[in-house]
Amino acid sequence: MSGVSILGVVGSVVILLSLFEMLRRHRLREKYALIWGIVALGALTVAAFPGLLSWATTVLGLQVPANLLFFVASLVIMMLTLQHSSELGRLEERTRTLAEDVALLQVELERRSSVEKDQGGDAA
Amino acid sequence: MPAMPDHPRSGLRVLVIVPAWNEEASVGGTVREIAGSNPDADILVIDDGSGDRTAAVAEEAGALVARLPFNLGVGGAMRAGYRFALRNGYDVAVQIDADGQHDPRYLRTLIERLDGADIVIGARFATHDDPYKVRGPRRWAMILLARVLSRLARTRLTDVTSGFRVSNRRAITLFARHYPAEYLGDTVESLVIGARAGCVITQEAVVMRPRMAGRASHSPVKAAIYLLRAVFALGLALVRDWPAQLDDAGAPPAKLIRTEPRTEPQTHTEEVER
Repeated sequence: MSGVSILGVVGSVVILLSLFEMLRRHRLREKYALIWGIVALGALTVAAFPGLLSWATTVLGLQVPANLLFFVASLVIMMLTLQHSSELGRLEERTRTLAEDVALLQVELERRSSVEKDQGGDAA
Repeated sequence: MPAMPDHPRSGLRVLVIVPAWNEEASVGGTVREIAGSNPDADILVIDDGSGDRTAAVAEEAGALVARLPFNLGVGGAMRAGYRFALRNGYDVAVQIDADGQHDPRYLRTLIERLDGADIVIGARFATHDDPYKVRGPRRWAMILLARVLSRLARTRLTDVTSGFRVSNRRAITLFARHYPAEYLGDTVESLVIGARAGCVITQEAVVMRPRMAGRASHSPVKAAIYLLRAVFALGLALVRDWPAQLDDAGAPPAKLIRTEPRTEPQTHTEEVER
């Protein structure tokens, strides 16, 4: 096994272990763990069987295997960032809804307590 | 268990929590049926961000309705319900699905079973003549989940994915803090949390009805995915660090159960069916 392969295997195993530990400690939700798990397993496969990479490079008609690796890696990172952007947008929308709800509740509460005060004043 | 006459543990404040997401066709009937068979219980429908008239229909039927501003999933809806139960001092919280699968006439029996347990599941497959049939990967998943959880809870459980369950004050306190919103979290993982926290879990055989509206999926691919996700969810629930997290919430439930007026002497660990 070459030095590069060992590095790749160690790297992916570290990612997998951290994923497991983070899931265990409730620091990561399943929906994010899934995509990271696939990335780590893919890296592990490529690191363990470097022949796969050269084969894919030839099939796709590329010159240098490393180029394919970088291309795929940047694509994956782009997808992850995209997922985070969309989640962030969803969260912003939800925070907005929550803020509006809180404000409306506060108005409702104040209106009710002032009505009660008025009624109390009338009775007195 | 002795068959008690009318109103076995009357005086207990019972809250029926009905999580509902786009169930306008069935929620009204479900609420009326619960109110009809359990006139003393309060009914809280959690409208889980429905896009239809679920909340209005439930209100017309006489239920208290909490509207979530967006969809949180059954786990999120149920935790809201348990928090309401805890804040308002209910002794018993019941979960009944809005789709009409759960027959509220079993409620009294389920609540009676709380005498020796903290959580009682209304379970299918507990008797051999149960008409409810499930096949293929879905069935394997259910059997696997039931076996593992039976072992964890040290009692025979046949239907851990049942959403029909009854909890006492101790379990309410626990679930008000820890009720997972993730896949199968509302059923399987919450039972793991309960068992880990030392709650006594037991079950009572019930017969479930076909849904009033909507459909159950029968696609084999979906069933296989269900099996995989169930195994993943169960594995995760088992390795998760629950006890450490429960430490901060662990003290209050123990105190609360002692203040509960109608708790009989705690001999239940021996009585739980094997």
